[in-house]
Amino acid sequence: MLPVTSHIVRVTQETRTVKTFVLDAAVQAEPGQFLMVWLPGVGEKPISIMEPNPLSLTVARVGPFSAALHTRKPGDLVAWRGPFGRPFALRGRKILLVAGGYGSAPLYFLAVRACQAGLQTLVAIGARSADELVLVERFRELGCATIIATDRGDLGHKGFVTEAILDILPECDCVYACGPEPMLVAIAQLCWQAGVPAQVSVERYMKCGFGLCGQCALDDKLVCQDGPVFDIEELRHSEDFGRYTRNATGRRVPL
Amino acid sequence: MIERPVDPGEVDLSTEICGVHLPNPTILASGILGLSAEVLARIARAGAGAVVTKSCSLRPRVGHASPIVVDYGPGLINAVGLANPGVEAMAEEIRRARKLLAPMGVPIIASIFANSVYDFGTTARYISEAEPDLIEANISCPNVEEEFGQIFSSTPYVAAQVTRRVKAATKIPVIIKLSPNVPEIDEVAKAVVAAGADAISAVNTVGPGMLVDVETAMPILSNRVGGLSGPAIRPIAVRCVYEICAAVSVPVIGIGGIMTGRDAAEMITVGATAVGIGTGVYKRGLNVFSLVCQELREIMARLGIARLDALRGRALQQRARRLQPA
Repeated sequence: MLPVTSHIVRVTQETRTVKTFVLDAAVQAEPGQFLMVWLPGVGEKPISIMEPNPLSLTVARVGPFSAALHTRKPGDLVAWRGPFGRPFALRGRKILLVAGGYGSAPLYFLAVRACQAGLQTLVAIGARSADELVLVERFRELGCATIIATDRGDLGHKGFVTEAILDILPECDCVYACGPEPMLVAIAQLCWQAGVPAQVSVERYMKCGFGLCGQCALDDKLVCQDGPVFDIEELRHSEDFGRYTRNATGRRVPL
Repeated sequence: MIERPVDPGEVDLSTEICGVHLPNPTILASGILGLSAEVLARIARAGAGAVVTKSCSLRPRVGHASPIVVDYGPGLINAVGLANPGVEAMAEEIRRARKLLAPMGVPIIASIFANSVYDFGTTARYISEAEPDLIEANISCPNVEEEFGQIFSSTPYVAAQVTRRVKAATKIPVIIKLSPNVPEIDEVAKAVVAAGADAISAVNTVGPGMLVDVETAMPILSNRVGGLSGPAIRPIAVRCVYEICAAVSVPVIGIGGIMTGRDAAEMITVGATAVGIGTGVYKRGLNVFSLVCQELREIMARLGIARLDALRGRALQQRARRLQPA
């Protein structure tokens, strides 16, 4: 499929380093899937879908590509391909969504679907400080109960979000997480211990986005195609999860 | 001439390249997925008869920025830019891959490239320490021409020079991978065989080609141009393999747009000993290897051919018969 070119219709500053871009486009997609977003002359990166209609992308400024995207204004063009990847699968009646940093974006899409399906949806959101929490109000507007954790302690639980969910986790039918890999590993361990199913969205350096270049290999899996969402049972015996990633040359290096 | 039909179960798909046994003739082509030992093992489990690693060079390369590959319908266009972790890291992946692949009886082919004839030798020597079953010298990547100038397989003379250097650097059998983007591929094939090539793989991608986004008026690939693969190029690949097999007698791995057992049978009929599959992995998934094998078995059974030897080169024999005086 060739890239589709869309216009930006609205840009929202979520935090100092995170913006949401609303495009004049819609996609048929499931929560957890991503697009390869292309800025001609800059490059192309995988970005998860925050809302499919209108297509909305919540992007943190982390490198040259996202920095370039952050300079784009309403009316500017953005091209994209997709959706790609395996989505989250809803299960049970009471679910817990755990977001670290900009991991909120795909979980917001999941929360919308979960609320539509009538699931009791709890959302735990962690960040370094209160002003770096992403999409908290949007989750509340959906009617989700929220648990907040900040490293600095200026809002909610002081410490990791994984500590703030200890009481509630065993009562949940399934846990969904997106965020930094150490957080995903901690959640997987908690869920293995508690016997609660969980699905985590894993990030790896991607080049093609659809199963050709092999750059995003995690053990024998391709994060772009077999993931980015994995059931934690698939990662139980993983050598790479939480330990190794691959850099831009493809070399396997410690995470 | 159709012989007595045989049962698909009786068809033997095993083959051999330079003394290396392959359980079947489907090979993962270089450049697709071949970065990680675990992924290579998964491809072997999915039914590949051999796997080729991504091409590696002396030093690591980041390659081109994305977009690096685009599906334009009848095929893919790609310019990955030979991204690779360098020969040292690739040798480590190959060592790990060998442990995983050996119990399955699936050989591993190490693909190498370099930016000079001299470095081809050095890279071959380093990769040999990991003891791959075969070495493939990629002298035909079209996506780094600005960096390297003309590709090495452009002229028979330069292609032969690289071949001699690689052969002198290793005891492992050497496959030379040729470009279709030359006026006389059979002349290049003759030159590399005369220089000692043990086998040939053909073809690398066709092109270069270009796609442009109409709205932004920008080339879609970051490298602007890239090589074409997939069904669109299969007839070119078949013609190239036909010409090569008519010119030389070393084993040839036929590559280019093979999606089905029929496509594989066609490539073997023009003389290929095995077939490389790349874009087919994208089109049909990792199962493409076992699907192609199953389809090939059924075609051979219908033709009454129980062994690949008897299928191989039938088109060349037809030609020879026609050329004989009445």
